[in-house]
Amino acid sequence: MTDATNTASIAASRPGVLARSWQRSRAIDPRYLIAGLITLVLLVAQFRYHMVGGYERLLLSLAVCTATEAVLSWFDRGKVVNLQSAYISGISLTLLTKPQGAALWPFVIGGFLAISSKYVIKYRENHLFNPTNFAISALLLLAPDKVSVLSHQFGNDLITNLVIWFFGLIIATRVGVVHVTLSYLASFLLLTGVRAAALGQPLLPEIAPITGPMYQLFLFFMITDPRTIVRGKKKQIVVTVIIAIVDSLIRLMSDMGVPLPTAFNAAPPLLALWIVGPIAKYFDLRYGNRPLAPRPATAGTPA
Amino acid sequence: MRPPPVVRRFIIAIPFAAALLIAARLNSGPIRSGADATHPGFALQDQTAQAGIHFVHHRATFDPKIAGIEPHVAGVGASVTVADVDGDGNPDLYFTDSRFGFPNALYHNKGDGTFEEVGAGAGVADLNKAGEGVSMGAVWGDIDNDGREDLLVYRYGYLSLFRNVDGRHFVDITEKAGLHRWINSNSAIWLDYDRDGLLDLYVTAYFRDVDLWHLNTTRIMHNSFEYADNGGKNLLFHNLGNGKFEDVTDRMGVGSTRWTLAAASADFDGDGWPDIYLANDYGPEELYLNDHGRGFKLTTAGLEAESKSGMSVALGDAFNRGKLDAFVTNISERGYIFQNNNLRLNEMVGSRKFRNVAEGQIADAGWAWGAQFGDFNNDGANELFVANGFISADRDKSYWYAMSKIAGANGALFEDAATWPAFGNASLSGYERSRVYLNRGVAGWVDVAAKVGANDLYDGRAVALADLSNRGAVDVIVANQNQPAVLYRDLPDSTNHWIGVHLVGTRSNRSAIGAEVLLEASGLEQRRVVDGGSGFASQNDRRLHFGLGTREWVDRLVISWPSGEKQIVTRPPIDRIVTITEPARLTP
Repeated sequence: MTDATNTASIAASRPGVLARSWQRSRAIDPRYLIAGLITLVLLVAQFRYHMVGGYERLLLSLAVCTATEAVLSWFDRGKVVNLQSAYISGISLTLLTKPQGAALWPFVIGGFLAISSKYVIKYRENHLFNPTNFAISALLLLAPDKVSVLSHQFGNDLITNLVIWFFGLIIATRVGVVHVTLSYLASFLLLTGVRAAALGQPLLPEIAPITGPMYQLFLFFMITDPRTIVRGKKKQIVVTVIIAIVDSLIRLMSDMGVPLPTAFNAAPPLLALWIVGPIAKYFDLRYGNRPLAPRPATAGTPA
Repeated sequence: MRPPPVVRRFIIAIPFAAALLIAARLNSGPIRSGADATHPGFALQDQTAQAGIHFVHHRATFDPKIAGIEPHVAGVGASVTVADVDGDGNPDLYFTDSRFGFPNALYHNKGDGTFEEVGAGAGVADLNKAGEGVSMGAVWGDIDNDGREDLLVYRYGYLSLFRNVDGRHFVDITEKAGLHRWINSNSAIWLDYDRDGLLDLYVTAYFRDVDLWHLNTTRIMHNSFEYADNGGKNLLFHNLGNGKFEDVTDRMGVGSTRWTLAAASADFDGDGWPDIYLANDYGPEELYLNDHGRGFKLTTAGLEAESKSGMSVALGDAFNRGKLDAFVTNISERGYIFQNNNLRLNEMVGSRKFRNVAEGQIADAGWAWGAQFGDFNNDGANELFVANGFISADRDKSYWYAMSKIAGANGALFEDAATWPAFGNASLSGYERSRVYLNRGVAGWVDVAAKVGANDLYDGRAVALADLSNRGAVDVIVANQNQPAVLYRDLPDSTNHWIGVHLVGTRSNRSAIGAEVLLEASGLEQRRVVDGGSGFASQNDRRLHFGLGTREWVDRLVISWPSGEKQIVTRPPIDRIVTITEPARLTP
């Protein structure tokens, strides 16, 4: 055996750089990974596409979310909890909320609603709604004349999309929720194909929304929220498919001109999760037989 | 001692429920009223028929390969411009049509409040022809300084330049002028960028230079909804003075390929040279600063941070600071998108920025198009007229849901017109009313359209302002897409004073386009610029109208001529239009 062969052999027997990085990442609290991912999305969104629309929006959202979390957790639990959840909610809210004019109140009320919903709408000490999903949906339903959902689209740029999908899938895998993301993706594509065929519509425009940032935030930070998702991999997939079906039904009704509140037309996946998520979680808590996840879980952090 | 969990939850639920209620309440408007709109001080009366204006615009039809989104592609072309064509002291009106075989119209102002259509006899009507294109707009300027306003018509097709022979007849000099260029344009402006006393021409492009009736590809659309740069190339033509124009686009560095819908020019940074401001669809606005006539430099000026759908750019002194600010219209649709209009305060002298201060009602007018600043009540502060609405078809079908799908796609997808969901007979932000924003200073702008009588629901495009009867009022002419034009007579109900300023260039271009007047009157300071094209596909009366409120005199007018000359006129007479001719030579 030559030296070269020996070297190659030794190298092959060692874990690769990627593998070692993957191993090291297991020591990192997944909440930091998710916080890191949304920070990456924020940075790309702002510095490449100016999507934030004013730093005062970001500061206000973060301040309201973290302050609300600190005060309410202290009041309700006697201690201030980790604020990473509030941080992610604040960033998600900033990216997704697009108000009329220079209005800042949607970020104040939205931030407060997102966090306080966790302390008000709960069952067996578990909140039922994903916080940001609740806040955005509530604002769209209650104030459609003043609030719209994200309209910027990462410049409609393929590379940016791929970067976010790449890191998003890696982190979702690491956090153990990639099956949720992929289940939704597969369901969306399948149902969209069926809907397009049934209505005789071209397929590509129907698939198009999945490449937008609203769906990216939805897939990586809302539907995979460990605190509001049901327990058990199979159940998670079933609920995910149901959410995708409701999303498709909303879109079908929109296609057919059924009069719906504008929120449904503008943000079908958010409203689908808003409807299905808490019901599924309630039944899971009510009838499920698995123990609840510990509160300061090593699992991910809700947006 | 902490209360039990149920009590704690109930306590938190109180502000939670309150937040929900407040959100619902704020949806219907601010809790405190922003301003008193009960006494706007003027009315706008629809006198279209009485004035004898019967122009109806017809939208274009294109290659059947893009029939699915033809309502969208053919959603522009209604324009109106103002010029005293025959030099009789009464502003005339020129409207463009956009369908093959349908004529443009030149309405001669008879001076008695009525108009007669003279386009065909003048030779400027038959401009919508297969092989040549369809009209998208026009702009007037005295290109040879002979005292008569000449006409450039821009099309989705070839440019056409007409020399005004005698105020009643025009001859086509396009070929001779070197302007026989195909450009799918929605805007053109005159400016004297090198201050040689001759009007130069800047033409903006929307679609790239494809023949929309004979397409080789359906990949003609924008490649991004926010940062598209695959539009046609804007062109700058230098007036050589011998009846010819030279393309100096690349040399001067102004060949933007964003999807420009509107342009305006003024000396924004106070260096004495006219700059160019662009409102771009699917992208950020652009400001080209003029480097002493040697070239233009694209500067950010804070404009790059907001990518919207720029439809129109109007220039005016929004808060009487002696600066020309920019109002750029954009798209807003309830629940879907709030791009918000921009009212950008000119802070170029100092911070080198334009600062967006649009908020409240002025930020959201709907799918806004042409807009113009004008002092309708002569109180000394500018109001804003904004035309709205894109496609009014079936009231029960909206394309917005389909639009939300395509807007989320990758650019490579929607660049192909064939992949867009078909429009059918759907509306897209249709049946929207115009807005008339009353300027209440720090109290904000408040919409008084319904109160003053601007109630039409047409798909407004171009807005031009002119004192059509020389009576000290700012009349509004709106060209509506695929619909009748409207003339709103301004009826100020106050005893406020006013002054009109008619500038005549000598060393500068005769039209005085680009000249700026700073009016000073008992604490009032307001700047206006002679319009070489602004808003969307429009051009205002070249005469500048200033409301004075109750002030009974003007201290002085400071005129900055395009030649660089500064002229001061003290105590000009008021309540009339004064004509001021540029001094023949430089003052010391």
